[in-house]
Amino acid sequence: MRTEDDKRLIHRRLVERIVGGPGQAPADERRRAFERGELSESLRPLLDKVATSSGQVTDVDFDRAIGAGLTEDQLFELVICAAVGESTRQYQAGLAALDQATGDAGAT
Amino acid sequence: MRLRVLDSGYGAGTRALFRLIRLFSGHPVPDAAKITFYRSDFYGAHMKELTHEAMRGRSDWSVGDRELMAAYVSKVNESPFCVGAHSATAARAYRDGKKVEAALADLDGAPLDQGLRATLRMLGKLTAEGSVGADDMRAVLSAGVSREQIEDALAVCFAFNTTDRLANAFGFEVLTHEGFEAGAKYLLKRGYR
Repeated sequence: MRTEDDKRLIHRRLVERIVGGPGQAPADERRRAFERGELSESLRPLLDKVATSSGQVTDVDFDRAIGAGLTEDQLFELVICAAVGESTRQYQAGLAALDQATGDAGAT
Repeated sequence: MRLRVLDSGYGAGTRALFRLIRLFSGHPVPDAAKITFYRSDFYGAHMKELTHEAMRGRSDWSVGDRELMAAYVSKVNESPFCVGAHSATAARAYRDGKKVEAALADLDGAPLDQGLRATLRMLGKLTAEGSVGADDMRAVLSAGVSREQIEDALAVCFAFNTTDRLANAFGFEVLTHEGFEAGAKYLLKRGYR
């Protein structure tokens, strides 16, 4: 079985911190942003774009969320969770494909 | 940037540091660096450590190769800030700007080692489609790339898939040519910590 390298350990600490650590947005909302789970109408357009088409994000997306009562600090956290969440799914998909190609099912 | 706190929400010590950097470099602190200082315990501290390890840690890829991967992933993600920053850094690391331009313009025709070309192709597919399969990885392995090198490349891809999204969402200001060159010089000297 392969062991985790340093980068994967740092990655795991990053994810644990932004999703489960202290923050101004509630932890369950940060988790939904990370996982692309169910989101309010004020947040979904912004966070969907962050995950799938970040170049399409506009001021209007932020204005909608601010207008619904979210603070800039909460949006800072939620955008980071959405970005890291999508990047993490891709990272894990790549590592899983590599395991499959090399027959190393023990790696995570 | 789209969130005002990312332009002005820094403590006195950080603001003084930003002024000092501007004084010595002749350029304002790029937005990509700024956000790692904003509430750094939340995101910046871990992300700087991860990016530095991916881009400057031990690897069989050269620094130029990893900077080219960063630029290539950023091109697929349509992130002008990150394309500019990492094209300039790759060009300076390789001492060959034409190679970087060619790789971003036409991956198949660019003068690249076959292993690097196969790796960039796989990273591009992962970034564009969100997934790759075992056959994609076998194609990279058969081009002479080791398993460890692929793991290293996937970590670079993670770092820039994240940074590209933040650059686009928060609206990082695209620098001038001189600004990107100054940033490249800094990144090659000091890395990402």
